[in-house]
Amino acid sequence: MTINHLAAEPPRTLPLIDDENRIFWTGGADGQLRVRRCGQCHNYIHPPKPRCPKCLSAQVTDVVVSGRGTIESFTVNHHSWLPGLHVPYVIALVSLNEQRDIRLASNIVCCEPEAVSIGAAVYVVFEQQEEVFLPMFRLE
Amino acid sequence: MKFAEKSCAITGLGVSQIGRNLQRTAMSLGLDAAIAAISDAGLQTRDIDGVSTYPGQDFHGPPGYSPLSAWDMKNALDLSLTWYCGSAEMPGQFGAIINACAAIALGLCRHVLVFRALTESTSAIACNRPGSAVGTGASRIAGHFSGLVPYRAYSAANWVAWYAQRHFHEFGTTREQLAEIALNGRRNAALNPRAIFRQPLSMDQYLGARMISTPLCLYDCDGPTDAAVAVVISAREALPDVETRPVFLEAVGCATSSLYSWEHVSDLTRQHPFDAARMMWARTELKPEDIDIAQLYDGFSILAVQWLEALGFCELGEGGSYIEGGRRIALDGELPLNTAGGQLSEGRLHGFGLLVEACCQLRNQAGNRQVTPTPKSAVVTSAGGPFGSCLLLRSE
Repeated sequence: MTINHLAAEPPRTLPLIDDENRIFWTGGADGQLRVRRCGQCHNYIHPPKPRCPKCLSAQVTDVVVSGRGTIESFTVNHHSWLPGLHVPYVIALVSLNEQRDIRLASNIVCCEPEAVSIGAAVYVVFEQQEEVFLPMFRLE
Repeated sequence: MKFAEKSCAITGLGVSQIGRNLQRTAMSLGLDAAIAAISDAGLQTRDIDGVSTYPGQDFHGPPGYSPLSAWDMKNALDLSLTWYCGSAEMPGQFGAIINACAAIALGLCRHVLVFRALTESTSAIACNRPGSAVGTGASRIAGHFSGLVPYRAYSAANWVAWYAQRHFHEFGTTREQLAEIALNGRRNAALNPRAIFRQPLSMDQYLGARMISTPLCLYDCDGPTDAAVAVVISAREALPDVETRPVFLEAVGCATSSLYSWEHVSDLTRQHPFDAARMMWARTELKPEDIDIAQLYDGFSILAVQWLEALGFCELGEGGSYIEGGRRIALDGELPLNTAGGQLSEGRLHGFGLLVEACCQLRNQAGNRQVTPTPKSAVVTSAGGPFGSCLLLRSE
């Protein structure tokens, strides 16, 4: 009996949590996406850093953002990079509505790969793995 | 202004066996290449006073990506050095070449052995990984891949596919156009006894191939390879020591302004190669129209297209139409490209195979694939996306 399609997929490799990125990777517990922002020049900063790269201010905080964005590019991965990987799946680059040069690599979930296109509007959803809440995106 | 790379020349070339699943150690391959390069230059190991390599040992890349350190090479050849460096934090694989030039220009050494050794094929098979993937064995990942790997974006094929998809979207680039990089490489590889993939490849085979990561298919991606390449770079004043016809460094480009990040490159269609190319042209009086051949990094076909645009052989977005039909980039075309097959067909030698081929062409030693008349100038590039570097070579 072939049950490969039901076999457990190898687990995702999770990000190592540190003091800079903890709120980004775990802050989705309440369903809100949080991104670091400079309190002085209001520039969004990602990945999170202790100072703003633009104005060097240390007044940075992790703020709730809309979780809405745009697909800047995407790819449908077909290759099984490790045994048991379920393919195909979509890996996209999503820019946040608040600041276009903040891009998150992520998966577009709950749709057929054919439905994904550059320019499509998306919104954040989270997948919990241990203490990490991975931001993922769905088509609007 | 004096551009110090002009005081350097490539004087020795060495390539090991190139293959898949060779089951040989990196040291064995590395020594074959190093000894061949030193011998090609007419030098002895006692003449080598510098060693430079990318990426050194234990870089956290795919298995077999960084198996051999500068220290290993020093010890294995019993070298007495006045300078050495092995590092991954540089502007592409040719950072190791540019470092060597910088060390020579500073007077730290006279003859530098530069090498790149890989056992990615044997290593991937040994750990049951069908391809070059990062972060698949660990439970947690830190650093530059930590925003990618959690989303199962395990491979550069995925990250570069974003750039290709965006290029298709903005400029109307097609798979048929992209195919010309692969088809051209394969035609040239048939004339290269060292190349891994030498059997003919048709457009129909390309279009029917399985997808790796859209829009990149199997033939758009180079494959894990076992090989080592070495070159000797010598100071101009040390040229009386050597026996080969030197190839001179006319200009190097290694600038970067974009963020170092696969997902945060400032512009998805321009990226780092544009910075590197602009710097290179600012260090020479030569122009793109003066260049006889190009060996452009084709670890993924789209990267070669982007280098054509970055280097000014065509405008941004016109790379697809520039290569359409393949005539222009053929061995007898206006800009012969990847004349030994490129990485897609010769093997993934991380730019160093391209560099050796450029030198062979300039030395009129490229056998059946020799471009005629013998080229006098060549541009060679490494990497793409968030990092990269380029070299302008001339035979004078």
